[in-house]
Amino acid sequence: MTTLMQKNYQHEVILVGEEPHPPYQRPPLSKNYLAGEIDQESLYLKPLSVYENAGHHLRLGVRAEQIDRDKKTIRLSDQSALKYDRLVLATGSHVRTLNAPGADLKGIYYLHDIADSDALREQLLAGKRLVIVGGGYIGLEVAASATKKGVNVTVLEAAGRLMQRVTGPEMSEFFYAKHSNAGVDLRLNTAVTGFEAGDQGRVAGVTLADGGTVPADIVLVSVGVVPETSLAEAAGLPCDDGIIVDEFTRTEDPAILAIGDCTRHRNLFFEKMQRLESVSNAVDQARTAAATLMGEEKPYNSAPWFWSNQYDVRLQMVGLSQSHDQRVVRGSPGEDKGFAVFYLRESHLIAVDAINLPIAFMVGKTLVQQRRKINPEILRDPDIDLKSLVIGPQTSS
Amino acid sequence: MGTITFIEHDQTEHVVKFKAGCSVMQIAVDNAIPGIDGDCGGECACGTCHVIVSDDWFRKTGTPGDDEEQMLSMTPERTGTSRFSCQIVVTDEMDGMTVRLPEFQM
Ligand SMILES: Cc1cc2nc3c(=O)[nH]c(=O)nc-3n(C[C@H](O)[C@H](O)[C@H](O)COP(=O)(O)OP(=O)(O)OC[C@H]3O[C@@H](n4cnc5c(N)ncnc54)[C@H](O)[C@@H]3O)c2cc1C
Ligand code: FES
Repeated sequence: MTTLMQKNYQHEVILVGEEPHPPYQRPPLSKNYLAGEIDQESLYLKPLSVYENAGHHLRLGVRAEQIDRDKKTIRLSDQSALKYDRLVLATGSHVRTLNAPGADLKGIYYLHDIADSDALREQLLAGKRLVIVGGGYIGLEVAASATKKGVNVTVLEAAGRLMQRVTGPEMSEFFYAKHSNAGVDLRLNTAVTGFEAGDQGRVAGVTLADGGTVPADIVLVSVGVVPETSLAEAAGLPCDDGIIVDEFTRTEDPAILAIGDCTRHRNLFFEKMQRLESVSNAVDQARTAAATLMGEEKPYNSAPWFWSNQYDVRLQMVGLSQSHDQRVVRGSPGEDKGFAVFYLRESHLIAVDAINLPIAFMVGKTLVQQRRKINPEILRDPDIDLKSLVIGPQTSS
Repeated sequence: MGTITFIEHDQTEHVVKFKAGCSVMQIAVDNAIPGIDGDCGGECACGTCHVIVSDDWFRKTGTPGDDEEQMLSMTPERTGTSRFSCQIVVTDEMDGMTVRLPEFQM
Protein backbone atom coordinates (compact mmCIF):
# COMPACT_ATOMS: atom_id res chain seq x y z
CA MET A 1 0.00 0.00 0.00
CA THR A 2 2.87 2.32 0.81
CA THR A 3 4.37 1.92 -2.63
CA LEU A 4 0.98 2.47 -4.24
CA MET A 5 0.65 5.68 -2.22
CA GLN A 6 4.11 6.77 -3.27
CA LYS A 7 3.35 6.00 -6.89
CA ASN A 8 -0.02 7.71 -6.76
CA TYR A 9 -2.04 4.65 -7.79
CA GLN A 10 -5.33 5.99 -9.08
CA HIS A 11 -7.63 3.08 -8.25
CA GLU A 12 -9.56 2.22 -5.14
CA VAL A 13 -7.58 0.09 -2.65
CA ILE A 14 -9.26 -1.96 0.09
CA LEU A 15 -7.39 -3.95 2.72
CA VAL A 16 -9.27 -6.78 4.40
CA GLY A 17 -7.63 -7.98 7.62
CA GLU A 18 -8.85 -10.50 10.12
CA GLU A 19 -7.02 -8.96 13.06
CA PRO A 20 -8.52 -5.89 14.76
CA HIS A 21 -5.26 -3.95 14.28
CA PRO A 22 -4.06 -1.89 11.33
CA PRO A 23 -0.97 -3.40 9.65
CA TYR A 24 1.84 -3.75 12.20
CA GLN A 25 5.37 -5.05 12.68
CA ARG A 26 5.72 -8.51 14.16
CA PRO A 27 9.46 -8.55 14.97
CA PRO A 28 9.09 -6.58 18.24
CA LEU A 29 6.53 -9.14 19.49
CA SER A 30 9.36 -11.38 20.66
CA LYS A 31 11.78 -8.53 21.40
CA ASN A 32 11.17 -5.06 22.87
CA TYR A 33 7.36 -5.22 22.77
CA LEU A 34 7.40 -8.49 24.71
CA ALA A 35 9.85 -6.92 27.13
CA GLY A 36 7.38 -4.06 27.67
CA GLU A 37 9.77 -1.44 26.33
CA ILE A 38 7.53 -0.07 23.57
CA ASP A 39 3.77 0.40 23.38
CA GLN A 40 1.27 -1.09 20.98
CA GLU A 41 0.88 2.02 18.88
CA SER A 42 4.54 2.04 17.95
CA LEU A 43 4.05 -1.37 16.33
CA TYR A 44 1.66 0.09 13.77
CA LEU A 45 3.23 0.75 10.39
CA LYS A 46 1.27 3.97 9.94
CA PRO A 47 -1.41 5.96 11.76
CA LEU A 48 -4.92 5.26 10.47
CA SER A 49 -5.25 8.79 9.09
CA VAL A 50 -2.53 8.08 6.52
CA TYR A 51 -4.61 5.34 4.89
CA GLU A 52 -7.69 7.54 4.93
CA ASN A 53 -5.87 10.50 3.39
CA ALA A 54 -4.59 8.28 0.60
CA GLY A 55 -8.11 6.99 -0.06
CA HIS A 56 -7.23 3.45 1.03
CA HIS A 57 -9.92 1.66 3.01
CA LEU A 58 -9.17 -0.71 5.85
CA ARG A 59 -11.75 -3.38 6.63
CA LEU A 60 -10.38 -4.69 9.93
CA GLY A 61 -11.69 -7.56 12.01
CA VAL A 62 -13.16 -9.14 8.88
CA ARG A 63 -12.05 -12.42 7.35
CA ALA A 64 -12.04 -13.17 3.63
CA GLU A 65 -13.89 -16.49 3.39
CA GLN A 66 -13.94 -17.33 -0.27
CA ILE A 67 -12.73 -16.19 -3.65
CA ASP A 68 -14.96 -16.52 -6.70
CA ARG A 69 -12.51 -16.17 -9.56
CA ASP A 70 -15.16 -16.24 -12.29
CA LYS A 71 -17.18 -13.41 -10.82
CA LYS A 72 -14.04 -11.68 -9.41
CA THR A 73 -15.62 -11.39 -5.99
CA ILE A 74 -14.57 -12.26 -2.47
CA ARG A 75 -17.02 -13.18 0.23
CA LEU A 76 -16.30 -11.80 3.70
CA SER A 77 -17.08 -13.11 7.18
CA ASP A 78 -19.58 -10.28 7.78
CA GLN A 79 -21.59 -11.74 4.87
CA SER A 80 -20.77 -8.86 2.55
CA ALA A 81 -18.95 -9.28 -0.74
CA LEU A 82 -16.32 -7.23 -2.54
CA LYS A 83 -15.71 -7.07 -6.26
CA TYR A 84 -12.15 -6.81 -7.45
CA ASP A 85 -10.26 -6.08 -10.63
CA ARG A 86 -6.98 -7.18 -9.07
CA LEU A 87 -6.59 -9.17 -5.88
CA VAL A 88 -3.43 -9.41 -3.76
CA LEU A 89 -3.21 -12.30 -1.30
CA ALA A 90 -0.98 -11.39 1.67
CA THR A 91 -2.37 -13.92 4.10
CA GLY A 92 0.94 -14.64 5.83
CA SER A 93 1.39 -17.70 7.97
CA HIS A 94 0.08 -19.26 11.15
CA VAL A 95 1.97 -21.07 13.87
CA ARG A 96 2.61 -24.77 13.58
CA THR A 97 0.89 -26.42 16.53
CA LEU A 98 2.03 -29.45 18.48
CA ASN A 99 -0.54 -32.20 18.44
CA ALA A 100 0.78 -34.01 21.48
CA PRO A 101 -1.13 -35.29 24.52
CA GLY A 102 -1.96 -32.38 26.83
CA ALA A 103 -1.48 -29.74 24.13
CA ASP A 104 -4.70 -27.98 25.13
CA LEU A 105 -3.74 -27.44 28.77
CA LYS A 106 -3.81 -23.91 30.16
CA GLY A 107 -0.46 -22.16 30.30
CA ILE A 108 0.71 -23.32 26.86
CA TYR A 109 1.33 -20.37 24.56
CA TYR A 110 2.21 -19.65 20.94
CA LEU A 111 3.59 -16.38 19.63
CA HIS A 112 2.40 -14.85 16.39
CA ASP A 113 0.31 -11.75 16.98
CA ILE A 114 -0.19 -8.86 19.40
CA ALA A 115 -2.69 -10.78 21.52
CA ASP A 116 -0.21 -13.66 21.91
CA SER A 117 2.59 -11.34 22.94
CA ASP A 118 0.34 -9.54 25.47
CA ALA A 119 -0.80 -12.84 26.97
CA LEU A 120 2.74 -14.17 27.25
CA ARG A 121 4.13 -10.94 28.72
CA GLU A 122 1.62 -11.13 31.60
CA GLN A 123 3.01 -14.53 32.52
CA LEU A 124 6.67 -13.60 32.45
CA LEU A 125 7.14 -12.95 36.16
CA ALA A 126 10.42 -13.34 38.02
CA GLY A 127 10.91 -16.79 39.48
CA LYS A 128 8.49 -18.58 37.14
CA ARG A 129 9.67 -21.54 35.09
CA LEU A 130 9.24 -21.07 31.34
CA VAL A 131 9.89 -23.99 29.03
CA ILE A 132 10.32 -23.09 25.37
CA VAL A 133 9.79 -25.85 22.84
CA GLY A 134 11.90 -24.96 19.79
CA GLY A 135 15.33 -23.32 19.60
CA GLY A 136 14.73 -21.17 16.54
CA TYR A 137 15.16 -17.40 16.49
CA ILE A 138 11.73 -16.61 17.96
CA GLY A 139 12.13 -19.08 20.82
CA LEU A 140 15.60 -17.74 21.58
CA GLU A 141 14.51 -14.10 21.45
CA VAL A 142 11.81 -14.91 23.98
CA ALA A 143 14.39 -16.76 26.09
CA ALA A 144 16.52 -13.60 26.15
CA SER A 145 13.58 -11.29 26.93
CA ALA A 146 12.29 -13.61 29.68
CA THR A 147 15.70 -14.14 31.28
CA LYS A 148 16.11 -10.37 31.57
CA LYS A 149 12.92 -10.37 33.64
CA GLY A 150 14.23 -13.00 36.01
CA VAL A 151 12.22 -15.90 34.57
CA ASN A 152 13.92 -19.33 34.71
CA VAL A 153 14.09 -20.52 31.13
CA THR A 154 14.63 -23.97 29.62
CA VAL A 155 14.83 -24.42 25.84
CA LEU A 156 14.12 -27.83 24.31
CA GLU A 157 15.40 -28.31 20.77
CA ALA A 158 14.94 -31.51 18.76
CA ALA A 159 17.88 -30.83 16.42
CA GLY A 160 21.55 -31.06 17.33
CA ARG A 161 22.09 -27.30 17.36
CA LEU A 162 20.21 -24.01 17.75
CA MET A 163 18.69 -22.14 14.77
CA GLN A 164 19.79 -25.01 12.55
CA ARG A 165 17.37 -24.17 9.78
CA VAL A 166 18.72 -20.67 9.17
CA THR A 167 22.37 -20.51 10.16
CA GLY A 168 25.71 -22.35 10.29
CA PRO A 169 27.33 -24.18 13.23
CA GLU A 170 29.57 -21.28 14.34
CA MET A 171 26.53 -19.07 14.94
CA SER A 172 24.65 -21.88 16.67
CA GLU A 173 27.58 -22.39 19.04
CA PHE A 174 27.89 -18.68 19.68
CA PHE A 175 24.23 -18.41 20.67
CA TYR A 176 24.45 -21.59 22.74
CA ALA A 177 27.24 -19.99 24.79
CA LYS A 178 25.37 -16.66 25.10
CA HIS A 179 22.24 -18.27 26.43
CA SER A 180 24.07 -20.69 28.73
CA ASN A 181 26.04 -17.82 30.23
CA ALA A 182 22.79 -15.95 30.83
CA GLY A 183 21.51 -18.92 32.79
CA VAL A 184 19.23 -20.54 30.20
CA ASP A 185 19.08 -24.34 30.40
CA LEU A 186 19.51 -25.49 26.79
CA ARG A 187 18.80 -29.09 25.81
CA LEU A 188 19.62 -30.16 22.28
CA ASN A 189 18.58 -33.44 20.64
CA THR A 190 15.57 -33.34 22.91
CA ALA A 191 12.22 -34.34 21.47
CA VAL A 192 8.98 -33.44 23.22
CA THR A 193 6.24 -36.06 23.51
CA GLY A 194 3.55 -34.23 25.46
CA PHE A 195 2.50 -32.13 28.43
CA GLU A 196 1.68 -33.07 32.00
CA ALA A 197 -1.31 -31.61 33.76
CA GLY A 198 -1.16 -29.94 37.17
CA ASP A 199 -3.95 -28.24 39.11
CA GLN A 200 -7.04 -26.82 37.41
CA GLY A 201 -6.13 -27.97 33.93
CA ARG A 202 -2.85 -26.05 33.95
CA VAL A 203 0.34 -27.39 32.47
CA ALA A 204 2.88 -28.61 35.04
CA GLY A 205 5.56 -30.17 32.89
CA VAL A 206 6.78 -31.16 29.46
CA THR A 207 7.44 -34.84 28.81
CA LEU A 208 10.40 -35.95 26.72
CA ALA A 209 11.10 -38.85 24.38
CA ASP A 210 13.83 -40.12 26.72
CA GLY A 211 11.21 -40.57 29.42
CA GLY A 212 12.13 -37.51 31.44
CA THR A 213 9.94 -34.55 32.41
CA VAL A 214 10.82 -30.86 32.62
CA PRO A 215 8.70 -29.01 35.19
CA ALA A 216 7.01 -25.86 33.87
CA ASP A 217 4.73 -23.04 34.98
CA ILE A 218 4.48 -21.68 31.44
CA VAL A 219 5.24 -23.28 28.07
CA LEU A 220 5.90 -21.50 24.79
CA VAL A 221 5.67 -23.69 21.71
CA SER A 222 7.72 -22.12 18.94
CA VAL A 223 8.18 -24.76 16.28
CA GLY A 224 7.76 -22.79 13.06
CA VAL A 225 4.94 -21.55 10.86
CA VAL A 226 2.73 -22.90 8.13
CA PRO A 227 1.83 -20.70 5.15
CA GLU A 228 -1.79 -19.57 5.16
CA THR A 229 -2.93 -20.86 1.77
CA SER A 230 -6.47 -22.05 2.50
CA LEU A 231 -8.21 -19.26 0.53
CA ALA A 232 -5.97 -19.76 -2.48
CA GLU A 233 -6.26 -23.54 -2.39
CA ALA A 234 -10.04 -23.46 -2.19
CA ALA A 235 -10.01 -21.15 -5.22
CA GLY A 236 -7.96 -23.71 -7.16
CA LEU A 237 -4.73 -21.70 -7.33
CA PRO A 238 -1.59 -23.88 -7.47
CA CYS A 239 -0.04 -24.23 -4.01
CA ASP A 240 2.82 -26.34 -2.71
CA ASP A 241 3.60 -25.38 0.87
CA GLY A 242 2.96 -21.79 -0.27
CA ILE A 243 1.02 -20.11 -3.07
CA ILE A 244 3.09 -20.46 -6.24
CA VAL A 245 4.06 -17.09 -7.75
CA ASP A 246 6.54 -15.91 -10.35
CA GLU A 247 9.17 -13.18 -10.00
CA PHE A 248 6.46 -10.55 -10.63
CA THR A 249 4.37 -12.00 -7.74
CA ARG A 250 1.74 -13.27 -10.21
CA THR A 251 -0.22 -16.43 -9.50
CA GLU A 252 -1.63 -18.57 -12.28
CA ASP A 253 -4.67 -16.26 -12.39
CA PRO A 254 -3.69 -12.97 -14.09
CA ALA A 255 -6.01 -11.02 -11.77
CA ILE A 256 -4.46 -12.43 -8.58
CA LEU A 257 -1.07 -11.66 -7.04
CA ALA A 258 0.36 -13.09 -3.82
CA ILE A 259 3.13 -11.79 -1.54
CA GLY A 260 4.94 -12.45 1.72
CA ASP A 261 5.05 -15.47 4.03
CA CYS A 262 2.22 -17.22 2.16
CA THR A 263 4.11 -17.56 -1.13
CA ARG A 264 6.56 -19.97 -2.66
CA HIS A 265 8.50 -18.18 -5.33
CA ARG A 266 11.54 -18.12 -7.50
CA ASN A 267 13.94 -15.23 -7.16
CA LEU A 268 17.23 -14.86 -9.00
CA PHE A 269 19.16 -16.07 -5.95
CA PHE A 270 17.56 -19.45 -5.60
CA GLU A 271 17.95 -22.41 -7.87
CA LYS A 272 14.75 -23.79 -6.46
CA MET A 273 11.37 -22.49 -5.47
CA GLN A 274 11.64 -21.00 -2.01
CA ARG A 275 9.38 -19.90 0.81
CA LEU A 276 10.73 -17.23 3.17
CA GLU A 277 9.51 -15.93 6.50
CA SER A 278 10.99 -12.50 6.78
CA VAL A 279 10.14 -8.83 6.67
CA SER A 280 12.60 -8.20 3.83
CA ASN A 281 10.88 -10.77 1.64
CA ALA A 282 7.43 -9.42 2.50
CA VAL A 283 8.31 -5.79 1.74
CA ASP A 284 10.31 -6.57 -1.40
CA GLN A 285 7.51 -8.71 -2.80
CA ALA A 286 5.03 -5.98 -1.85
CA ARG A 287 7.05 -3.44 -3.86
CA THR A 288 7.20 -5.83 -6.78
CA ALA A 289 3.43 -6.36 -6.61
CA ALA A 290 2.82 -2.61 -6.56
CA ALA A 291 4.95 -2.26 -9.69
CA THR A 292 3.09 -5.11 -11.36
CA LEU A 293 -0.24 -3.44 -10.51
CA MET A 294 1.04 -0.21 -12.04
CA GLY A 295 1.90 -2.05 -15.25
CA GLU A 296 5.66 -1.87 -14.68
CA GLU A 297 7.76 -5.01 -15.03
CA LYS A 298 10.11 -5.01 -12.05
CA PRO A 299 11.14 -8.53 -11.10
CA TYR A 300 11.84 -9.42 -7.47
CA ASN A 301 15.57 -10.02 -7.48
CA SER A 302 17.02 -8.79 -4.21
CA ALA A 303 18.91 -10.90 -1.71
CA PRO A 304 16.81 -11.57 1.38
CA TRP A 305 18.12 -10.29 4.72
CA PHE A 306 17.16 -10.74 8.32
CA TRP A 307 18.02 -9.65 11.85
CA SER A 308 17.57 -10.90 15.40
CA ASN A 309 18.26 -9.28 18.78
CA GLN A 310 19.16 -11.40 21.79
CA TYR A 311 20.65 -9.79 24.92
CA ASP A 312 23.29 -7.26 23.80
CA VAL A 313 23.79 -9.18 20.57
CA ARG A 314 22.54 -8.21 17.18
CA LEU A 315 22.61 -10.82 14.47
CA GLN A 316 22.26 -9.52 10.91
CA MET A 317 22.06 -11.94 8.01
CA VAL A 318 21.95 -11.52 4.26
CA GLY A 319 21.47 -14.18 1.60
CA LEU A 320 20.60 -17.83 2.16
CA SER A 321 23.46 -19.92 3.48
CA GLN A 322 22.06 -23.47 3.21
CA SER A 323 23.77 -24.47 -0.03
CA HIS A 324 27.30 -23.24 0.86
CA ASP A 325 30.40 -25.39 0.33
CA GLN A 326 32.80 -23.21 2.31
CA ARG A 327 32.59 -21.09 5.46
CA VAL A 328 35.01 -18.34 6.39
CA VAL A 329 35.03 -16.85 9.88
CA ARG A 330 36.28 -13.32 10.43
CA GLY A 331 37.07 -12.26 13.98
CA SER A 332 36.43 -14.52 16.92
CA PRO A 333 33.18 -15.12 18.77
CA GLY A 334 34.64 -14.26 22.18
CA GLU A 335 35.71 -10.75 21.24
CA ASP A 336 33.80 -7.55 21.75
CA LYS A 337 34.66 -6.37 18.27
CA GLY A 338 32.09 -8.65 16.73
CA PHE A 339 32.56 -11.44 14.22
CA ALA A 340 31.06 -12.68 10.99
CA VAL A 341 30.67 -15.90 9.05
CA PHE A 342 30.84 -15.71 5.25
CA TYR A 343 29.26 -18.52 3.25
CA LEU A 344 30.60 -19.31 -0.21
CA ARG A 345 29.58 -21.65 -2.96
CA GLU A 346 32.07 -22.28 -5.76
CA SER A 347 33.96 -19.23 -4.47
CA HIS A 348 30.95 -16.94 -4.82
CA LEU A 349 29.70 -15.20 -1.71
CA ILE A 350 26.12 -16.35 -1.09
CA ALA A 351 25.45 -15.28 2.49
CA VAL A 352 26.83 -13.44 5.52
CA ASP A 353 25.87 -13.73 9.19
CA ALA A 354 27.26 -10.90 11.30
CA ILE A 355 27.31 -10.54 15.08
CA ASN A 356 27.68 -6.95 16.28
CA LEU A 357 29.56 -6.24 13.07
CA PRO A 358 27.19 -4.22 10.91
CA ILE A 359 29.88 -3.46 8.37
CA ALA A 360 30.12 -7.14 7.43
CA PHE A 361 26.37 -7.19 6.91
CA MET A 362 26.47 -4.11 4.72
CA VAL A 363 29.42 -5.37 2.66
CA GLY A 364 27.52 -8.65 2.33
CA LYS A 365 24.40 -6.86 1.16
CA THR A 366 26.34 -5.45 -1.78
CA LEU A 367 28.51 -8.46 -2.59
CA VAL A 368 25.81 -11.12 -2.28
CA GLN A 369 23.58 -9.06 -4.52
CA GLN A 370 26.36 -8.92 -7.12
CA ARG A 371 27.07 -12.65 -6.78
CA ARG A 372 30.76 -11.85 -6.77
CA LYS A 373 33.66 -14.30 -6.72
CA ILE A 374 35.75 -13.56 -3.64
CA ASN A 375 39.14 -14.59 -2.33
CA PRO A 376 38.34 -16.15 1.08
CA GLU A 377 41.67 -14.98 2.53
CA ILE A 378 40.54 -11.37 2.22
CA LEU A 379 37.39 -12.16 4.16
CA ARG A 380 39.36 -13.95 6.86
CA ASP A 381 42.16 -11.41 7.35
CA PRO A 382 41.05 -8.81 9.92
CA ASP A 383 43.81 -6.47 8.75
CA ILE A 384 42.21 -6.08 5.36
CA ASP A 385 39.46 -3.52 5.38
CA LEU A 386 36.20 -5.14 4.25
CA LYS A 387 35.31 -1.93 2.49
CA SER A 388 38.08 -2.55 -0.02
CA LEU A 389 36.02 -5.44 -1.39
CA VAL A 390 33.39 -3.07 -2.60
CA ILE A 391 35.04 -1.03 -5.29
CA GLY A 392 33.42 2.25 -6.14
CA PRO A 393 29.87 3.16 -5.22
CA GLN A 394 27.59 0.20 -5.88
CA THR A 395 23.87 0.33 -5.68
CA SER A 396 21.53 -2.50 -5.21
CA SER A 397 17.96 -1.27 -5.38
CA MET B 1 4.82 20.42 16.40
CA GLY B 2 6.93 21.59 13.51
CA THR B 3 7.62 20.97 9.86
CA ILE B 4 10.35 19.11 8.08
CA THR B 5 11.15 19.23 4.37
CA PHE B 6 12.19 16.13 2.45
CA ILE B 7 13.85 16.74 -0.92
CA GLU B 8 13.81 13.76 -3.24
CA HIS B 9 16.73 12.97 -5.51
CA ASP B 10 14.82 14.53 -8.43
CA GLN B 11 14.36 17.72 -6.33
CA THR B 12 10.66 17.13 -5.56
CA GLU B 13 9.98 18.72 -2.17
CA HIS B 14 7.63 17.42 0.51
CA VAL B 15 6.89 19.65 3.48
CA VAL B 16 5.28 17.68 6.29
CA LYS B 17 4.26 18.27 9.89
CA PHE B 18 5.76 16.36 12.79
CA LYS B 19 5.29 15.86 16.50
CA ALA B 20 8.46 15.85 18.62
CA GLY B 21 9.53 12.43 19.83
CA CYS B 22 9.25 10.32 16.71
CA SER B 23 12.01 9.49 14.27
CA VAL B 24 12.58 11.17 10.91
CA MET B 25 12.14 7.72 9.30
CA GLN B 26 8.69 7.32 10.89
CA ILE B 27 7.67 10.80 9.71
CA ALA B 28 8.72 9.92 6.17
CA VAL B 29 6.93 6.56 6.22
CA ASP B 30 3.78 8.08 7.73
CA ASN B 31 3.69 10.54 4.87
CA ALA B 32 4.52 8.00 2.15
CA ILE B 33 7.63 9.95 1.11
CA PRO B 34 9.21 8.04 -1.78
CA GLY B 35 12.89 7.29 -1.23
CA ILE B 36 12.90 6.12 2.39
CA ASP B 37 12.12 2.46 2.98
CA GLY B 38 12.72 1.93 6.71
CA ASP B 39 12.38 -1.82 6.32
CA CYS B 40 13.55 -2.89 9.78
CA GLY B 41 11.15 -0.52 11.49
CA GLY B 42 13.88 1.66 12.97
CA GLU B 43 16.20 -0.95 14.51
CA CYS B 44 19.30 0.38 12.72
CA ALA B 45 19.46 -3.11 11.21
CA CYS B 46 18.75 -2.64 7.52
CA GLY B 47 20.29 0.56 6.17
CA THR B 48 17.28 1.53 4.05
CA CYS B 49 16.54 4.91 5.64
CA HIS B 50 19.58 6.99 4.60
CA VAL B 51 19.09 10.77 4.49
CA ILE B 52 21.49 13.66 3.98
CA VAL B 53 20.93 16.36 6.55
CA SER B 54 21.60 19.90 5.41
CA ASP B 55 24.82 21.30 6.89
CA ASP B 56 23.19 23.84 9.20
CA TRP B 57 20.95 21.20 10.79
CA PHE B 58 23.58 18.50 11.20
CA ARG B 59 24.69 20.06 14.47
CA LYS B 60 21.18 19.62 15.89
CA THR B 61 20.78 16.02 14.75
CA GLY B 62 24.20 15.02 16.01
CA THR B 63 26.67 12.50 14.65
CA PRO B 64 26.00 8.80 14.00
CA GLY B 65 26.52 6.17 16.70
CA ASP B 66 29.01 3.29 16.26
CA ASP B 67 26.73 0.77 14.54
CA GLU B 68 25.20 3.46 12.41
CA GLU B 69 28.64 4.71 11.39
CA GLN B 70 29.73 1.21 10.32
CA MET B 71 26.63 0.81 8.21
CA LEU B 72 26.80 4.31 6.76
CA SER B 73 30.41 3.78 5.74
CA MET B 74 29.12 1.18 3.28
CA THR B 75 26.20 3.21 2.04
CA PRO B 76 26.55 4.47 -1.52
CA GLU B 77 25.99 8.23 -1.84
CA ARG B 78 27.20 8.74 1.73
CA THR B 79 28.19 12.34 2.54
CA GLY B 80 29.67 14.07 5.58
CA THR B 81 26.19 14.83 6.91
CA SER B 82 24.56 11.46 6.21
CA ARG B 83 22.45 9.79 8.88
CA PHE B 84 20.02 6.92 9.15
CA SER B 85 16.75 8.72 9.62
CA CYS B 86 15.46 6.11 12.10
CA GLN B 87 18.24 7.21 14.44
CA ILE B 88 17.21 10.88 14.45
CA VAL B 89 14.53 11.57 17.03
CA VAL B 90 12.98 14.94 16.25
CA THR B 91 12.74 17.69 18.83
CA ASP B 92 10.92 20.99 18.60
CA GLU B 93 14.29 22.56 17.86
CA MET B 94 14.32 20.75 14.53
CA ASP B 95 11.32 22.72 13.25
CA GLY B 96 12.14 23.82 9.70
CA MET B 97 14.81 21.19 9.09
CA THR B 98 15.60 20.04 5.56
CA VAL B 99 16.88 16.60 4.61
CA ARG B 100 17.76 15.30 1.16
CA LEU B 101 17.17 11.74 0.00
CA PRO B 102 19.68 9.65 -1.91
CA GLU B 103 18.84 8.16 -5.29
CA PHE B 104 18.86 4.60 -3.92
CA GLN B 105 18.54 2.91 -0.55
CA MET B 106 20.57 -0.23 0.19
C1 LIG C 1 7.39 -13.05 17.02
C2 LIG C 1 7.89 -12.83 15.62
C3 LIG C 1 9.16 -12.26 15.43
C4 LIG C 1 9.64 -12.04 14.15
N1 LIG C 1 10.87 -11.44 14.01
C5 LIG C 1 11.34 -11.17 12.76
C6 LIG C 1 12.58 -10.47 12.56
O1 LIG C 1 13.28 -10.13 13.52
N2 LIG C 1 12.98 -10.19 11.30
C7 LIG C 1 12.24 -10.56 10.21
O2 LIG C 1 12.64 -10.28 9.08
N3 LIG C 1 11.07 -11.23 10.35
C8 LIG C 1 10.60 -11.53 11.61
N4 LIG C 1 9.40 -12.19 11.75
C9 LIG C 1 8.68 -12.64 10.54
C10 LIG C 1 7.88 -11.52 9.91
O3 LIG C 1 7.13 -10.86 10.89
C11 LIG C 1 6.96 -12.09 8.83
O4 LIG C 1 7.78 -12.65 7.84
C12 LIG C 1 6.08 -11.01 8.20
O5 LIG C 1 5.18 -10.50 9.16
C13 LIG C 1 5.32 -11.56 7.01
O6 LIG C 1 4.41 -10.60 6.55
P1 LIG C 1 3.11 -10.99 5.74
O7 LIG C 1 2.46 -9.71 5.41
O8 LIG C 1 3.46 -11.94 4.66
O9 LIG C 1 2.20 -11.83 6.74
P2 LIG C 1 1.62 -11.52 8.18
O10 LIG C 1 2.42 -10.49 8.87
O11 LIG C 1 1.49 -12.86 8.82
O12 LIG C 1 0.19 -10.91 7.90
C14 LIG C 1 -0.86 -11.65 7.36
C15 LIG C 1 -2.18 -11.09 7.85
O13 LIG C 1 -3.24 -11.62 7.06
C16 LIG C 1 -4.34 -11.92 7.90
N5 LIG C 1 -5.17 -12.94 7.23
C17 LIG C 1 -4.81 -14.23 6.93
N6 LIG C 1 -5.83 -14.85 6.28
C18 LIG C 1 -6.83 -13.94 6.17
C19 LIG C 1 -8.14 -13.98 5.59
N7 LIG C 1 -8.61 -15.06 5.00
N8 LIG C 1 -8.89 -12.86 5.68
C20 LIG C 1 -8.42 -11.74 6.26
N9 LIG C 1 -7.20 -11.64 6.81
C21 LIG C 1 -6.41 -12.74 6.77
C22 LIG C 1 -3.69 -12.38 9.18
O14 LIG C 1 -4.61 -12.25 10.25
C23 LIG C 1 -2.49 -11.45 9.28
O15 LIG C 1 -2.81 -10.28 10.00
C24 LIG C 1 8.87 -12.41 13.02
C25 LIG C 1 7.61 -12.98 13.21
C26 LIG C 1 7.11 -13.19 14.49
C27 LIG C 1 5.76 -13.80 14.67
S1 FES D 1 14.93 1.76 9.36
FE1 FES D 1 16.34 0.13 9.19
S2 FES D 1 18.21 1.15 9.55
FE2 FES D 1 16.80 2.75 9.76
